[in-house]
Parts: sequence; structure tokens; C-alpha cells
Amino acid sequence: MSRKAGTFLVDSLIRSAKHCEFNKSEVECLMKLFDTLVAKSSSHFAGAGFDRIVFRDTLHSAFGMTDDVMLDRVFSTFDKENKGSITVVEWVEGLAVLLRGTLEEKMKYCFRVYDLNGDGYISKEEMFQMLKNSLLIQPADEEPDEGIKDLVEIAVKKMDHDHDGKLSFEDFEKSVRDENLLLEAFGPCLPDIKSSIIFEQKVFREVPI
Amino acid sequence: MGVALARAAQWTAAGSGTGRLEITPLNEALLNQIIKFAEDFSTKHPQEAAFVFREPLEWKTQLDSSVFKEGYEVKEAVVQSEARSKDGQPLLILSASTLKVRSFDQLSRLLQIAVEKQLKEVQACLEANRDPIVKILGPEYGTVEGEDTSILHLFDKVKKDSGLETELKMKILLLLHQLDLQLLNSSLKQISQDVRLNPAAVNNEVNLLKNFSGKGEDTVLESLEYTSDYMFSNGCRAPPWRQVHGEICYLVIKPHDTDPLSITCSTAGVFLNGGKDIDYERKSELYKDIVTFLRERSPRFVENMAKQVFSGQSQSLRDFTEKDAYEKSSLVGRKSSKERLKPRIDWKNTGKTSSSLEDVGESSSETDEDEKPLRRQESSTDISPEYWGIQKLTKYVKGGDPTATVIALCSMRDYNLSQETCQQAIVDTGCLEVLINLLDTEEIKCQAGSLKILKEISQNMMIRHAVADLGGLEVMVKILDSPDIDLKCLAAETIANVARFKRARKTVRQHGGIKRLVGLLESVSVGPSYQGKETEAARCGALALWSCSKSTKTKKAIRKAGGIPLLARWLKCSEANILIPVVGTLQECASEPSYRLAIRTEGMVEYLVKNLSSEHEELQRHCASAIFKCAEDEETRDLVRKYEGLQPLSVLLDNSENKELLAAVTGAIWKCAISRENVLKFQEYRAVEALVALLTDQPKEVLINVIGALGECCQNEPENRGTVRRCGGIAPLVRLLTATDQALLVNVNKAVGACAMEPESMAIIDSLDGVRLIWSLLKNPHPDVQASAAWALCPCIENAKNSGDMVRSLVGGLELIVNLLKSKDREVVTSVCAAIANIAKDAENLAVMTDHGVVPLLSKLANTNDNKLRRHLAEAVAHCCMWGNNKVAFGETKIVAPLIRYLRSKDPLVHRATAQALYQLSEDASNCVIMHENAVVKLLLPMVGSTDDTLQEAAAGCIANIRRLALATEKAKYG
Repeated sequence: MSRKAGTFLVDSLIRSAKHCEFNKSEVECLMKLFDTLVAKSSSHFAGAGFDRIVFRDTLHSAFGMTDDVMLDRVFSTFDKENKGSITVVEWVEGLAVLLRGTLEEKMKYCFRVYDLNGDGYISKEEMFQMLKNSLLIQPADEEPDEGIKDLVEIAVKKMDHDHDGKLSFEDFEKSVRDENLLLEAFGPCLPDIKSSIIFEQKVFREVPI
Repeated sequence: MGVALARAAQWTAAGSGTGRLEITPLNEALLNQIIKFAEDFSTKHPQEAAFVFREPLEWKTQLDSSVFKEGYEVKEAVVQSEARSKDGQPLLILSASTLKVRSFDQLSRLLQIAVEKQLKEVQACLEANRDPIVKILGPEYGTVEGEDTSILHLFDKVKKDSGLETELKMKILLLLHQLDLQLLNSSLKQISQDVRLNPAAVNNEVNLLKNFSGKGEDTVLESLEYTSDYMFSNGCRAPPWRQVHGEICYLVIKPHDTDPLSITCSTAGVFLNGGKDIDYERKSELYKDIVTFLRERSPRFVENMAKQVFSGQSQSLRDFTEKDAYEKSSLVGRKSSKERLKPRIDWKNTGKTSSSLEDVGESSSETDEDEKPLRRQESSTDISPEYWGIQKLTKYVKGGDPTATVIALCSMRDYNLSQETCQQAIVDTGCLEVLINLLDTEEIKCQAGSLKILKEISQNMMIRHAVADLGGLEVMVKILDSPDIDLKCLAAETIANVARFKRARKTVRQHGGIKRLVGLLESVSVGPSYQGKETEAARCGALALWSCSKSTKTKKAIRKAGGIPLLARWLKCSEANILIPVVGTLQECASEPSYRLAIRTEGMVEYLVKNLSSEHEELQRHCASAIFKCAEDEETRDLVRKYEGLQPLSVLLDNSENKELLAAVTGAIWKCAISRENVLKFQEYRAVEALVALLTDQPKEVLINVIGALGECCQNEPENRGTVRRCGGIAPLVRLLTATDQALLVNVNKAVGACAMEPESMAIIDSLDGVRLIWSLLKNPHPDVQASAAWALCPCIENAKNSGDMVRSLVGGLELIVNLLKSKDREVVTSVCAAIANIAKDAENLAVMTDHGVVPLLSKLANTNDNKLRRHLAEAVAHCCMWGNNKVAFGETKIVAPLIRYLRSKDPLVHRATAQALYQLSEDASNCVIMHENAVVKLLLPMVGSTDDTLQEAAAGCIANIRRLALATEKAKYG
């Protein structure tokens, strides 16, 4: 990317109201990081963005997110154009939500992550998928899936306010507003505060271009 | 028998002197043997029985002269035996209940006569004659501790002269010696049967009983405390000089149904002593342990003990009193320590008591308020539906990854966690431990979820203790370092709930929690999305500090951590939810002088006053109680007036529904009214009328303050006395003189005394018999009450009509007050001197007081440096000189020289009183001589030039008297 084009992009990103969370130098830092990531990416999409594997590794090392299922979902959410790679705009916009997002933005983001098939609802089956590995100790006397099913029921009971057996965004939003902890109800998809502070320090401390 | 008596018999007062033989089984056995010996003596050894004692055995008998019949001459109350010694003396004389016996023959006859009173008589005899052998045979046969030389002595004598008498003596001595050995043998048998206590056993038993003590219906005792916390290395708590007597420790036991019992645990057993101060005298029989002792004393103890045992193990109460109970109890103790991770909690008591026992809003006094948990064996529990629900969720909390854990924790919060059954379920399912463990993880969401639950359930006292036991506080203090501000707030709030008992506060303090909590008040915004959260952080921090500030050391720690300026800063904000904990902390800390100074100098008074007009009653209450505590200092009182705080205080008096608020407000008024300017303001706001209206139907806390305030108002401003009278305040005040609370009585005395300064009010007090009531408070055991009563009497006597007759009508009153001069409390003595000065104005009463020895008692007090005492003492002396030869008596009791020293004091009031006293004393010539010797003239001369007429007059009069005497002597010498 030429330097001029870069500057132009930075300006356009900052201008777009959505990203006012980052200042100019921060955007530049993120873009620089994007460039190094693209360089790492071995896929033929190089130049336009980086692929799933690099994305996963990055989020893993930066935010300690380990759950592969979740990381795939996060990738899909970042990858709005669904091209299998992350563009620089998607990268900056995505991180804006992760690092500086308002509760509103984060709720939308999380809901998109959890809505596996993108039909606007989190169904019990989707929950089951997401929670199936969440029990470290299986109760001995029960069928392996029973525990998960019960857990899903507990979650539905807690969050399904209109009693239709699935979570709409409204259900999800209401639940999260009542209890912030439910934002990441079905798996970690946001960086925790410590690792995001470290990430920001690491990335933004670098002297801007 | 000397040895046996001296060693084996149990005398009450250890040491010599006129001890008493106690009624113990051992003593009884000894006495019975002695009786048998003496009774059979005349038949077995007729010759020896006729031997006349060197000196008679003499004791106070309970026998009546009427029981003596044959062989005695009875003349009125005097009985003499017909049998006489060689020199014609009767061998038995009874006169005025003193019995003298001079031979064994008479002794055996006497015992036969006494029949049922044998035991008493022998006991009395031995008590009066600690070494009877000396009396019988002569002093050379006395039992010397350690060695018995009497027989050797006799041998020497026998060698020298072999007369019939010596032979007799020899036989008697041998017989007595035999008896002695016999007694010793049998007592040894007795003693060896006795189980001797040791410190470890006592300690075990005390700890066991402590576990079952506390407030509440089901405990066996209300409390049980050692009188001393210090334990010597041998496990004893008694001072070394008492350990010598085998005493291990002293305990004060409060059973539910009797007065507190003060007991001594000694190696010989457990017994009631004479009270916790110094009186070691044994007042009861010996019991082998505390449980046995209590079984005798407290029926409720027996009853509840039985319950405890049934709920615990199927062990009968009897077992507990057996020796092996110690092993069992220590076993129980070990078991419970193993079960530390699974706290067993007594639910029956908790829910109800937790709210009443302590409350964040409840203001503590300077002393650390504390809660005492009741731990018991598990009681049977009903399994509720909540239990199953929570148990299921606990499964996920335990076995799930963070995601599942958070879902489960959030669902758990849907249960009503303030409900006992849910709290119980959380403990019983072992969820509590998991919650605490979660705090120690890195997962912020799990920590937050756990804290949210802990915050709720730690309202329960038992859970608080369990959380502290499980080490929860340490982790929470660590969380205060977290970068997540929400998490910090949750931790602080939970600490606020848990740290309501001393040990928890200590833990927080020792792990550096105070500094971190103070840090929460510093609104430093770092990182993103922090804005707007400072208030919340400060609120939670202040809440936790508030809970912690109930311990004195924590107050210091908060100050050291720089908390005061931060609290001062937040005091200026206007949000009630943060102001309440901030002011709460401040008022709690205001018990420390350093805080009071800071509150005054950092300009906090202004804001405290401002918030008195807040719409939140709780905030008003804390502000008022902060002012209450701070207004001890005069400058603060002035500041309250300057910031116009007196009006809102007066206005708040109308809110009589909220008693806690009322107590704080009246307290603030009380303390503010110590300054006269403030009283004038209160008058303006008609606070006195409002206060009088609060004299009836108020709880004790309010009454104390209301009456304190009235006392100050009337003391400082005469007009208020009339106001109180017109509003009908005198009658309720006088009625309260019959109260029992010490603090209340002190204030009532002050208030009544202040009212009595007005003659019209005094008439009402008199008609209500108030003086008698005050006078009877002189008998109150508490010195503060005594002193305040004596002070109150002064204006009463001064202003009552016919006060002389009034005082005389109180039977025994004068003796009572004169005897109070013996009190060790300086304030009591001072006040009594003042009262005596007033009473002595009536000649007849002075005469009575003189008979009760007022003169030497006053003289004894003369050596003091306390100006207040000096002044009133001198006044009392001046007035007491007016009777008989009291002036001479004062001189004889050496009061003159110390009085002269008073003239060197700097207090003009002391000068005046002293000069008056000296003037009176100088009427007696010998006093003049002493005065002259002590160079009094030099001291008095400048006082003649004083502007105070009374002082002037008295000083001049005194000098004149001295001078006249000098002239008279000169005249006698040379004229």
C-alpha cells in the first residue's frame, strides 16, 4: 500500500463516525500491525487481507482467546464480506468494538457471534453447540449430553424473556442490561481487560509512522 | 492435733488470723473425729480428764444457759460448774455467750449437753483456739510448722522433775498426738480422693462452654469470660501470689437466669468468690468443675445443656461432667477444625439475629462493636425446593468452564439470596467454598459473578464468619488491585458486608486492605471506559471503610493511608448514596481526637451542618452523630453555630418517629449546649420546649441525650429553668430518678440539679420527693452516679425551704453522705464536700455529721493538688467549724498546714474558700500557732488587698485573730 493511499485510508477511517474511538495515530498503529499480519499470511489473498489462521493466532496470542469454535465465529463476524479474509477496514472496525466498543456495540457483536446460522435468533441447538465442551467434570450417573442440555435449559430460562424457546436480540439485550456478565454468555469472544490493556500498550506505544 | 488442724483443715482465709473453718466434707470428718475423741475422753481416761488446762479454752457459744442443768449453778445468764479447780475457780464459766472451759471432763460433758450443736461448738472452739494444745498444756507445747518438738520438750521436763502433773501432761500430750496422727491419716484419705484440677482441664472446659455460650435462647450461658487475658507460662491466669494458694484462674459467668457469677478455679475445685475485685474469699462449697458448679446454680443451664447434648451427640449430660469429658470435648474441637472448609452453621439463630446484632447504620461507640457467632452442632434441616435448584447450579459452578460457571452464577442470582433457605443451601451444597475459590482465579467474569452472590449472602452473619474463615477477605483485598473497576467495587462492597466483626476487620487491615480501600476514594481515571465510575468506586470504598472503621486500629490506618482529606473531598459532593457511607465513616471515626481535629480544621463541619438539612434521614442521622461526637470540642461547637447548624438541629427535634435520628440529634444538641452562646440560640429556636416534650415515651438512648441537653441548657441559662418548669418538665425528670441506667442517671441528676437552682422549681422537686430520690442515688454503686447525685444535692439544699428539716427527715442520710468521703473516686469526694458544705449550714445537721466523724474524714482528704477538691474541701471545712469544738478537732487532725498550702494555688476560688476556712480555724489558739509557724500571714496579706470582698474579709479576719493572740501572749508574758 502506498503511503499516500494509507494516509487517505486513515483519514477516511477516522472520519467515519463509527471509529471515533481510535485517534489517528492509533489507527495508524493498527494498520501497521495489519501490514505485518498480512505479510505473515501465506494465503494468496495477500494484499487484500489476512486469513483465518493468522487471525486466530493473533487473537490467541494477543487476548489469550483459546476456544477454536469461538475464534472461528469471531473471524466470521469480523469478516463481514464473507471472503475468508480480513481487510484492513474490517480489522480496524472489529478491534474498535473489541477494545473500545460501547455496551451496545458489544451486545450486537456478541449476538452476531453466537447466532451461528445468522437467522437472528440463538436457538437451543446453537447454544448446545457452543456449550458442549463447557463441562469439565461430567456427572458420572448421567448421559454425557444431559448435563449440557440442562445447562442450555438454565440459560434459556434465564434469558428467554418472551418464552419462545429461543433468544432474539431483544431477549439477549434485556438479559445483558440486567446482568452485564451475560454479555459473553455462550463463550469468550471479547478480550479481557488485562490483555487488552497489554495489547494497547504494545501496539500503540510504537512510534507512529 | 495441731498439725492436722493447721495443714489439713480447710480454713477460709488462707493465712493466719481469725479464719473460719469451712463447711466442707473434709472438715466435717475432722470435726467429727475430734468430737468423738473429746466426748469419750472422760470415760476412757478419767484421770487425765480431771487435768486443769493452763488456760481455759474460750469461745463464743450458741448454747443457752437454760441447757445447763445438773452440776451447774445457773444465775441469770451466768453459768458456773460446780466442779472447781484447786484454787476454787469453776472449770466452766458461761457468761454473755462466752464460754470458758478448763478441763476435758467439762469438755465432754459440754458436748453431751450440746447434742445437736456439737459440730458448731467444736468448730467455734477450734476457730477461736487455733492451737488448743498451747492453751491446754502451755505455750512451750505449741505446734511449730515443720517440726514437732513438743514431745522432746516433755522428755526434757520429765527428766528434770518427775511429778504427777508432768506425767499427766505427758499422757495427755501423747493422747493428743495420737489423735493428730489419726486425723492426718483420715484427711489424707479424703484428700487423695479429691480430683485436683489443672490449668489445661479448666481451659478445655471453658472453651467447651464458650462454644455453647452467647446471645439467644438456646445457649447454655450468656457469656463466660476470664477476668484476665494474660496467661502465665504454667497456664494459670491467677496472679502468682494467688497461685501459691492453688488458684488457677477467675471467671465471670453470666447465666441466662441469675446474676453474673464470679468464680475461682483452683486446684482443689471450683467455687464462688467474693466478686471480681480482690475479694478472693470463698463464698460457696467446692465443686469439682465448672459444669457441676453451674448445674447447681442455673436451672436454665441444665435445661439448655441437655438440649445441646441431644442435638450433638447422644451423650448424656452426666458424661459431660465426668472427667473424660475433656477428652471428648477436645475431640469435638479437633473435628470442627477439620471441618473448617465446611462450616456448619446454626440457621435457627442467624437470620433473625444478624440484623439486630449489627447493622451498618448502627453507630458504634468508641469501643469496638462486635458480633458473636453461635456455632453449634448441625441441626436438622428441611430440604427446600431452593435447595435442589441451588444444588443443581452448584454442580455447574463446580464442574463447568468459565462460560458455564457464569451462566450458573447468573441463574443463581435469580433465587432470593436474602432468604435464609437459599443461603443455607449455598453453604450446605459446598457452593460457598467454590465461590471463594473462584475469587482466586484469573477469570474476571467468574470473580464478578461470585462476588455478586457473596455480596448478597454476606448479609448473613454466619456466612460472614464462614467467608472470613475460608480466607475470602484476603482474596478480596487482592482483588482491590484489579484493573477492572466494577470488580473492585464489588469486592469493596462485599468487604463492607463481611467486615462487621472484629476479626474480619483485622484481617482486612493486616492485608493492606485499608490503603487500597482509601485508594478507591481517589478518583484517578486510567484507561478506557472509566468515566462516571469514580462515584461508584468511592461509594463502595467508603462503604467498606465504614464497616472497617468500627475498630480503633482501623481508624488509625485510614488516617495513615491519607483517608481524611479524601473523605473531606467527597463530603462536598451532593449525592446522598455516597455521602451516607462517607459521613458514616466520619462519625464512626470521630471517636478519635485526631479525626475530630481534622473535621474541625479541614472545614468539614460546614458540610456536616449542610447535610443536616438533607432529605435522607440516614444522612441526617450520621451528620448529627458526627456533630454529637465532635462537639466535645469548644471550637467545633462554635463552628456549628457559625454555619447555622443549630436551627436544623432544633427543627429535627420535631421528627420524633425515627428514634435513631432523634438520638443523634438530641446528642448533638446536648454537646452543642455546653457553649452558652449556643444555648441562647437554642432558646431562640424554642428547642427547650421541644426537648421537654421528648421527656416521655422515648427509648433510653434518646432520653439520655434529651436530659443531657436540658441539663446543659438549664445550667447555662437561668431562663431555661423557668421554661422547663412551665412546660411541665420537672415531674418527668424527677420520675426518671428511679431509672437504673448509669448514663441516664448521671444526666438526670445534672438536669434536676440545674432546675433546683430556681427556687420555684425546687419547690416542685421537693413536693415530688425528689431530694429523697437523689439522696438514695448516693447509694448507687457507680461513682459517676454518686458524684452527680451529690452535686445535684447542693442546689437542692441551698434553695429548698426548711432544707434543714428536709435533710433531717432522710433517715440515715447524713451518715450515708459522710461515709462517701471515704470513696476512692476524686469526683465523688469533691462533690460530697460541696454537699457537706451546704448541709453544714444547718447547725443541727452539722452536729449529726460531726457525730458521724465528718471532721477526721475531711482532714484525711486535705493533702491534694486538685484545685476543685481543694476549693470544696475548704468550703466544707469552713462550714463544719461552726459546731462544738470542731475547730479544735480540725487542728488536731492536722488540717491546718495543708490548708495553708492551698493559698499558693493559682485558683482565686480556692483562695476564697481557704481563707474562709482559715478564718474559722483561727478562732482556736493552737491553730493560730500552727498558722503562724507556717508563715500564713505573708500569704494572706496580699489577699487582704483582693477585690473579692469575701476573700478580703476572711483574710483580714484571720490575720486579726492571729494578731490578737500574739498580743494576748505578750501581755501575759510581760504585762
